[in-house]
Amino acid sequence: MKSFQRIFAIVKKEIRQLRRDRLTFGMIVGIPVIQLLMFGYAINMDVRNLDAAVADLSGTSASRQIVMDISQTQIVNVIAQVSGAGELERLLRQGKISVGIFIPADFDRRLQQADRAAMQLLVDGSDTVVQSAAAQLALVAQQARTSPYNDRPPVMELRTYFNPERRSPVNTVPGLIGVILTITMILFTAIAIVRERERGNLEMLITTPLKTPELMLAKILPYVLIGLVQVSLVLLLGHFLFQVPMVGSLLNTYTVTLAFIVANLALGLVISTLVSTQFQAMQLTFFILLPSILMSGFMFPFAGMPRTAQVIAEVLPLTHFMRLIRGVMLRGASLQELSGELLILSGFSVVLMFLAVVRFSKRLD
Amino acid sequence: MKWISLLQLQPMTELAIQARQLDKTFGKVRAVCGLNLEVPRSQIYGFLGPNGSGKTTAIRMLCGLLTPTAGDINVLGYSIPDEAEALRLKVGYMTQKFSLFEDLTVSENLQFMADIYTLERKTKQQRIGLAIERYGLNRLLKQRAGTLSGGQKQRLALAASTLHQPELLFLDEPTSAVDPENRRSFWESLFDLVDEGTTILVSTHYMDEAERCHALAILDKGTLMAEGSPEELQQAIDAHIVIVESEHPRQVGKMLEQQDFVHSSAQVGNVLRVMVAHDQGSPEKAIRDVIAREGLNLKECTITKPGLEDVFVAATRSRKKPG
Ligand SMILES: Nc1ncnc2c1ncn2[C@@H]1O[C@H](COP(=O)(O)OP(=O)(O)O)[C@@H](O)[C@H]1O
Ligand SMILES: [Mg+2]
Repeated sequence: MKSFQRIFAIVKKEIRQLRRDRLTFGMIVGIPVIQLLMFGYAINMDVRNLDAAVADLSGTSASRQIVMDISQTQIVNVIAQVSGAGELERLLRQGKISVGIFIPADFDRRLQQADRAAMQLLVDGSDTVVQSAAAQLALVAQQARTSPYNDRPPVMELRTYFNPERRSPVNTVPGLIGVILTITMILFTAIAIVRERERGNLEMLITTPLKTPELMLAKILPYVLIGLVQVSLVLLLGHFLFQVPMVGSLLNTYTVTLAFIVANLALGLVISTLVSTQFQAMQLTFFILLPSILMSGFMFPFAGMPRTAQVIAEVLPLTHFMRLIRGVMLRGASLQELSGELLILSGFSVVLMFLAVVRFSKRLD
Repeated sequence: MKWISLLQLQPMTELAIQARQLDKTFGKVRAVCGLNLEVPRSQIYGFLGPNGSGKTTAIRMLCGLLTPTAGDINVLGYSIPDEAEALRLKVGYMTQKFSLFEDLTVSENLQFMADIYTLERKTKQQRIGLAIERYGLNRLLKQRAGTLSGGQKQRLALAASTLHQPELLFLDEPTSAVDPENRRSFWESLFDLVDEGTTILVSTHYMDEAERCHALAILDKGTLMAEGSPEELQQAIDAHIVIVESEHPRQVGKMLEQQDFVHSSAQVGNVLRVMVAHDQGSPEKAIRDVIAREGLNLKECTITKPGLEDVFVAATRSRKKPG
């Protein structure tokens, strides 16, 4: 078949060129690894060894017990014992400690009085990491109330100002697959075509019998493979570095990812028909990337977004992928249960492919 | 039935390219204006013109890459640009800028092009083998195209654009980055192709190349200024060419250029090549007189046969100074 010979020729050529382009080749592996490490550790809530000081005015066995419990979590590292709340505040201001533990003189009595907090945790509010760490400490203190009072108000009251979903690498990694693929896949195909236009290769190619759909298909195929390599890399690292569970089947994970890869590659092709330089292609990609990261549910919960933002988010492939991949990886949902989203994502691919083929002109004007 | 096929055959047997009143405007720039063209088969037809004269634009329209603003094109019997896709297998196009893949080797580029033109396995290896031999690419096969010299690149590009044995070959300034030695052997290859029946349309701004063409179109600012074989053009020139030798060629040249009957004067080594209006009765006498009147030195003054460069200068000046 003639089409097949031409498509295969271009695929072979693309792969050869990729192998010889060290920077791009490095990006294929580098982008997922670096992004995963950055995002994974940045959102990692397992904070350890925050410097802390204790002002224990009661000095009872109960108060010593709770300080010990808190120390054993290894979240804080008690570096000083001070005599009052004022001194704790001073150390916090000076940045010498991140957490101050204040136990009032009537601590034992307060423990029995269920309507009052028994102790105070002073935290450095300028640091969101510390904020979330304090939430864990509050849980520890809760155990100080003996069983009859367990359903009473907490020993320590703490408000969490950030990260209401209590996100952790477990939740981040699946979404990160989507973000990484959005960056690399759109850019790969957009640039693969624009670069050839800039270098003059395209003027030669369009005077050959090569047909537009053949060219488009041949530009997508090699990058599908690359996308799958990237996903495997993120899954492996996520599993070994962050113990991300794989609740659903691996096959389902790859199936939904494949649909997303094709949609993004097709989007890249459409972009290539809109721009004339690689720089413009990059700008347009980031124009799509930013709302994708912010509105797809990756950063902020989708339900909490304003209505207009939700509507815009629905036309971003990443939004649908986010629901699919979290469903498959974290909840073990089947493809049948997610068929609606999968259909939408495939629909994107078909429409975008069609647009790219129609918009790509075998002319120069 | 018979007469229909006869009608279809007629344009195909005579002309490879026919264009009528071809126009192309980019915004305010008129790149090609009212171009009429008839290119016979199995000949080398040249576009001669300075940079920006519309050579590339005209070629792009002829191969269906640009839509003409106005005009009709027929190439090998196909109406262009409507039937451009059908034409693809029958034409080869060597772009002005090297357009093969610089990060692929010579051999990989040839294999790629053979596949794009869907040559069968056996034909493919045979044609590639022939091309390698013909264009002296044997020792370059494993070299990346980007590292080739100008001449080597052009040989590779010509090899790649003729693998499918096109009936018609467009070459856009194929030798602009090639030394004279390689340029000569490149042209030898072109004549070989013509011998095999290929029609070649080549653009250039070199006179020596233009001189080798069977027929020429001189373009300036998108307009066809003159057309014909190099000999015809040289005979039809509407000016006299006078060689003037003097001890002070620069002074004499400047003085002559100010005379009404002198079109132009160009210094070539120690002599001046002076173009004189065709209606000037005795150009030598007129020049002798004016030099004597200015009291300048004159050693020699003789009429000579016009060259192609003179044709070119005459053709492109007639619009700047009409009448
Ligand atoms: N794509 C384009 N857009 C705008 N102007 C163009 C374009 N292509 C060519 N031109 C203009 O058309 C004129 C002819 O250009 P061109 O055909 O490239 O000349 P040549 O090949 O003889 O050097 C020039 O003035 C050039 O600037
Ligand atoms: Mg040009």
